[in-house]
Amino acid sequence: MAVLVLVDHDGAAVTQPTRSTVAAAEKLGEVHALVLGPKAAAEAAAKLPGVAKVLQSEAEQYAHGLAEPIAALLVALAPNYSHLLAPASAAGKNVMPRAAALLDVQVISDIAGVVDADTFVRPIYAGNALATVKSADPKKVITVRAASFDPVPAEGGSAPIEAAPAADDPGLSQFLGAEIVKSERPELTAARIVVSGGRAMGSAENFHIIESVADKLGAAVGASRAAVDAGYAPNDHQVGQTGKIVAPDLYIAVGISGAIQHLAGMKDSKVIVAINKDEEAPIFQVADYGLVGDLFKLMPEFEAELGKK
Amino acid sequence: MKLLVPVKRVVDYNVKVRVKADGTGVETANVKMSMNPFDEIAVEEAVRLKEKGVATEIVAVSAGPAACQEQIRTALAMGADRGILIEHDGVLEPLAVAKLLKAVVEKEQPQLVILGKQAIDDDMNATGQMLAALLGWPQGTYISKIEPADGGLKITREVDGGLETLQLKLPAIVTTDLRLNEPRYASLPNIMKARKKPIETVKPGDLGVDVTPRLSVVKVEEPPKRQAGKKVGSVQELVEKLRNEAKVI
Repeated sequence: MAVLVLVDHDGAAVTQPTRSTVAAAEKLGEVHALVLGPKAAAEAAAKLPGVAKVLQSEAEQYAHGLAEPIAALLVALAPNYSHLLAPASAAGKNVMPRAAALLDVQVISDIAGVVDADTFVRPIYAGNALATVKSADPKKVITVRAASFDPVPAEGGSAPIEAAPAADDPGLSQFLGAEIVKSERPELTAARIVVSGGRAMGSAENFHIIESVADKLGAAVGASRAAVDAGYAPNDHQVGQTGKIVAPDLYIAVGISGAIQHLAGMKDSKVIVAINKDEEAPIFQVADYGLVGDLFKLMPEFEAELGKK
Repeated sequence: MKLLVPVKRVVDYNVKVRVKADGTGVETANVKMSMNPFDEIAVEEAVRLKEKGVATEIVAVSAGPAACQEQIRTALAMGADRGILIEHDGVLEPLAVAKLLKAVVEKEQPQLVILGKQAIDDDMNATGQMLAALLGWPQGTYISKIEPADGGLKITREVDGGLETLQLKLPAIVTTDLRLNEPRYASLPNIMKARKKPIETVKPGDLGVDVTPRLSVVKVEEPPKRQAGKKVGSVQELVEKLRNEAKVI
């Protein structure tokens, strides 16, 4: 039986976490991609190597990612699929447990490994333990931790695009509006380099120190939960157990002590740099390169040094 | 409006958990237990809605061993009116908890259930969505704001890249994100008062719910450990290492 992937897209391109989800799904069977949105997004999904078929719907009820109609659609499509997968993004985490409950199966959240068709590895306790779990449910509903799977390339495939059947719209909720911050910087979960600031940044204004180094490196900007709690950075910048999980080539933690819940979000990064004035800070226990000192002195120096070739 | 607030007993967020030597789970004996932090935010929001006159009664419910009474008492001390303990000693997965809560909802008839978005033990992020599905109610997950509007609720959700606003019909399910509020500490007089508030105990069987787990744990292991690296003496040395040794910039 085939495997269905619910695609995250921006109206045109498919997100990198979706491409990682396709990589996970390929281990389970022939991959069909469900695109709720415009033709351009369906065409982008059709180009992903490993996708055998794209199902597309532009119906208004799916346009804003509302969980109730999308879960109903997944349930309508479910008889044709052994596994239903989505990235563990805000969208996927919202919809997939609802679909799972309607199908009377236990959702398997945030998988970091596929052992076989029934058995998956997932982090628990903020990634301080890895559980291998075997599902007894006849169908599996899964969200995928993108950082744990190398994404399939964006180009190379040419799958046919078919219309997805329409399911009933329960009409329980209504989209009123969104404030999405448009940024020139790469998306946090897809960036090759991430520069994050912690509580030691001291204010929202001081975060520009992080931003200007990030821009020098072509990096995304992240933040610790403490910095988000203090109002220095928006919540969608949060890296950690309850925020985003990232695994870039280079992660630079600035003024971040390294609480368990923050480490949960970044400890799979290839190279970690910590800049902190407290040399006992736990972040240094996971950092490949540590620099002890005052970030307000070191960061401008760092930026200047990056400018030199 | 009557509110239901489920609270989960979890290993305290300050505890560094240890994987059991036999690989069957993590060590929970003699470990400090607390209310799941996102559930504290849920209780706080319920209490604020009551203080604003939106809510009339708050029922705190917890599913798990008898010791979950401690977490229900915490909710009562924060301002919930009464508690329900669904006593069960084995594993309870989100689907089973959602089924138990559905049975409680059908009996109690709340207009709104406020849950934490995620428990910090199993990190499933599922119970609220599953309960909404089973009840056929709308869901507002990861909320940072909630207000009554047009006979329903206007909620602001934390999503990737920013915020979105939805209108939900009532009855509804919402799950809390970090920035919804900052939970209060219960005062001593309120802790004393909470001791007199009633807690009813029921069993999954009384509610007619089969809680058999769907997932079996094959093994639990420690993640690969990261080695601490080296300290560098200067920014110049750091940039040199990143360029020539790690080759990441």
